[in-house]
Amino acid sequence: MTEQKHYINAETTVKSWLLTVDHKRIAILYLLSVVGFFILGGTAAILFRLDLMTPQGDLLAHETYNKMFTMHGVMMVFFFLVPVVPAVLGNFLVPIMIGARDVAFPRLNLASWYIFITGGLFALAALVLGGVDTGWTFYTPYSSTYANSNVILTGLGVFVAGFASILTGVNFIVTIHKMRAPGMTWFRLPLFIWAQYATSIIMVLGTPVIAITLLLLVLERAFHIGIFDPALGGDPVLFQHLFWFYSHPAVYIMILPGFGIISELIACFSRKNVFGYSFVAFSSLAIAIIGFFVWGHHMFITSQSIYAGLIFSILSFIIAVPTAVKIFNWTATLYKGSVEFRTPMIYALGFIGLFLVGGLTGLFLSSMGLDVHLHDTYFVVAHFHYVMVGGMVMAFLGGLHFWWPKMFGRTYNQGCAVFTAIVIFIGFNLTFFPQFIVGYLGMPRRYHVYPEEFQIFHILSTGGASVLGFGYLLMFCYLPYSLIKGKKATANPWPATGLEWEQTTSPPPTLNFIHDPVVTEEAYAYAKKNEEFYRQAIPAESKDV
Amino acid sequence: MNDQIDHHISPIRTYIIVFMALMVFTGITVWVAFQDLGYLNTFVAVTIAVIKATIVAWYFMHLKSSAKITRVVALAGVIWLIVMFALTMSDYAARSWIPFPDPW
Amino acid sequence: MSNSHSPHLHHHFHSLEQQRQASSLGMWVFIAQEIMFFGGLFCGYVVYRNMYPEAFAVASHQLSIGWGGFNTVVLIFSSLTVALAVRSAQLGKKNQIIGWLVATILLGVIFLGVKCIEYSAKWEHHLVPGIHFNYEPHYTDDALHESTGSEHGTDHHPAPAVYPGHVQIFFAFYFAMTGMHALHMIIGIGLMIWIIWLATKDRFAPEYYAPVELFGLYWHFVDVIWIFLFPLLYLIGRHVT
Repeated sequence: MTEQKHYINAETTVKSWLLTVDHKRIAILYLLSVVGFFILGGTAAILFRLDLMTPQGDLLAHETYNKMFTMHGVMMVFFFLVPVVPAVLGNFLVPIMIGARDVAFPRLNLASWYIFITGGLFALAALVLGGVDTGWTFYTPYSSTYANSNVILTGLGVFVAGFASILTGVNFIVTIHKMRAPGMTWFRLPLFIWAQYATSIIMVLGTPVIAITLLLLVLERAFHIGIFDPALGGDPVLFQHLFWFYSHPAVYIMILPGFGIISELIACFSRKNVFGYSFVAFSSLAIAIIGFFVWGHHMFITSQSIYAGLIFSILSFIIAVPTAVKIFNWTATLYKGSVEFRTPMIYALGFIGLFLVGGLTGLFLSSMGLDVHLHDTYFVVAHFHYVMVGGMVMAFLGGLHFWWPKMFGRTYNQGCAVFTAIVIFIGFNLTFFPQFIVGYLGMPRRYHVYPEEFQIFHILSTGGASVLGFGYLLMFCYLPYSLIKGKKATANPWPATGLEWEQTTSPPPTLNFIHDPVVTEEAYAYAKKNEEFYRQAIPAESKDV
Repeated sequence: MNDQIDHHISPIRTYIIVFMALMVFTGITVWVAFQDLGYLNTFVAVTIAVIKATIVAWYFMHLKSSAKITRVVALAGVIWLIVMFALTMSDYAARSWIPFPDPW
Repeated sequence: MSNSHSPHLHHHFHSLEQQRQASSLGMWVFIAQEIMFFGGLFCGYVVYRNMYPEAFAVASHQLSIGWGGFNTVVLIFSSLTVALAVRSAQLGKKNQIIGWLVATILLGVIFLGVKCIEYSAKWEHHLVPGIHFNYEPHYTDDALHESTGSEHGTDHHPAPAVYPGHVQIFFAFYFAMTGMHALHMIIGIGLMIWIIWLATKDRFAPEYYAPVELFGLYWHFVDVIWIFLFPLLYLIGRHVT
């Protein structure tokens, strides 16, 4: 068989990659960049985790410790978690899943990557020039009055990178509205698409607010004009309002695409249609919308009025409802399914457990009275890591392992992958579960000198982080290895429904399909037995046959 | 989506009338700013601005003949803005309801 | 599909109609984004205006209604010329597109020129926030000046009605909002030059004029922002004289 033409070998020059408008190639560019930022953020985490082994913080100087956790936060939140699923898996899969040849605006898509890289370079420059020590939240007046002026560079970096996110969002919304294949109605869309759509809404309507807020912060820091400076009549809490107006919904930018991935995985590996498809679909939209109403729960112990706190607290409880709908529906999908414990499924099951813990502890924190005690402790740290790492990163890895054969046309070693998934699950829990306890006992976050009775928890946590880091390292070995030595993947190795599996090759050709598909069936039409399913579409040419 | 309506070309007369209306409202907003209406001054100024913006969006930006989804998108931007204002101001408006106790 | 081989059709669309709807929707989604972008500034403005209404009124009196009103007229007029440019594009009249866009550029430049005059006046009066900022109460209108007190530390005067820091906050927002608005206009003028260049190359036809149409939406949006900025910045508390 001759070497088949696909998007990777269509052209091989560096220029053809750097000037590509193919959404699949842009996804690969994004993948490489976010992995780079992940390694940077992860290294910072390893350093300060080692530092926290001893109560005196022997490894790092105070200043360095502050810069390390700031770098960890900035890199992981703005340059890894926000873009990782939309810009990598979303970019790759959204057009293929809906039967389009590309996203609606391919050149904007490429521009988005360059903007993202520019923003990243700003943030890296700040790092090289000495680092920032404000924490990723840049709270005023510390960031605007006291911190060093690298805040300006970092703020600009996040400002610039925000526009990458906005362009991705615009692209997805238009693509999903206007580029669907014939027959692909809204309720035949895979749930991953619904999740990406909901995410895009947040990206488009939330990100500009953080952009303008950080611009104001930069102005304030550079010229001391008093917008956030209480000495000049400004209100630092206004910064928090504007910051969290984006940054809380941003949590859903990070987790919603993960929900989408999990829906795909659960359906495929239990060989069943997702239970309550429309509930799962609409719960994504509900989360995107209600997600904008809850930001004040980050500010319960600021000068925010108690009445506003009350409203935000109630709304925060409400957002647990659509989230719970998803969890229940996934569980119901598993019920009586023929469950296969393949690598992606192990990540998916891990996700459900870990996200459940993260989500339920969120309810603790949204109760105003309890939050007074838990605010700014390791309890909060553990909570959002259970959501972000236990939820989002697990979902991303599940998705990456699921679509890896499709993206690169190679299969990885299943044994290695299952082992790694289990190592990551154990390492993660060992790292973050002790933090719930030590946080409840009163260990504040962002401190590196602490009372000796907390040391045991920190040692457990650092040990867990080592296991977790080892798990990631394993992945950095066997996944790249599979690209060279892995077996050639078939078009549909799992086998799964969906246009990306049934209607195109692995990897897909440049314009995604040899014949544009016509959709005839709803998503997830698994037949339950014998790895069979009803194909979701037929190629356009054979329509009249 | 109705293609016929979508491609609708407005006559020049419509644009001239819209322009004149915007001019008139600009005049009114300046005039009314010098009248003492108490708290209503800001309210009137913003109302006139909203009317002018709606006219621009409806005629100049062709929302009048746009697809439903386009109108939904435009409306979504406005609604999200209102959410931001309302929830932020729910804090500032209510801050003085319980006065801070004197320092002890 | 009769138009599937049109030179205006990009490879990944099936029809010109799909392409047109996609670009128009994309621009509207972008405008929704812009609403929130300026919305953050407006939100901060509303918070501080409610916190310091007197200072905002006093500060607003430093702005010239004449220039502000003139610019409002100029910008609304430019919205008309852009609307006519889009109309010419719909009818496929190339020279008219160029003519109306040149008129729009001229109006935009006039607007920015006036803005320069206003900014330099603020600089001369030490009203630009930052180290240079130095608000002198005697610039205020007489009625407010009565209660302001010319010297601090004298007991028989009430506390100053307006604190210079609060005036500075007004000007911080004035410069941030009008500056961001002016930046959008500068970008818009650049886009117009590009579109005129495209038009001279005969790139537009009645079935394809997306750049003109999308630019029109952008420019009208910039106009809408100014429609809000004018009363909110220039016309506060003008009846108190």
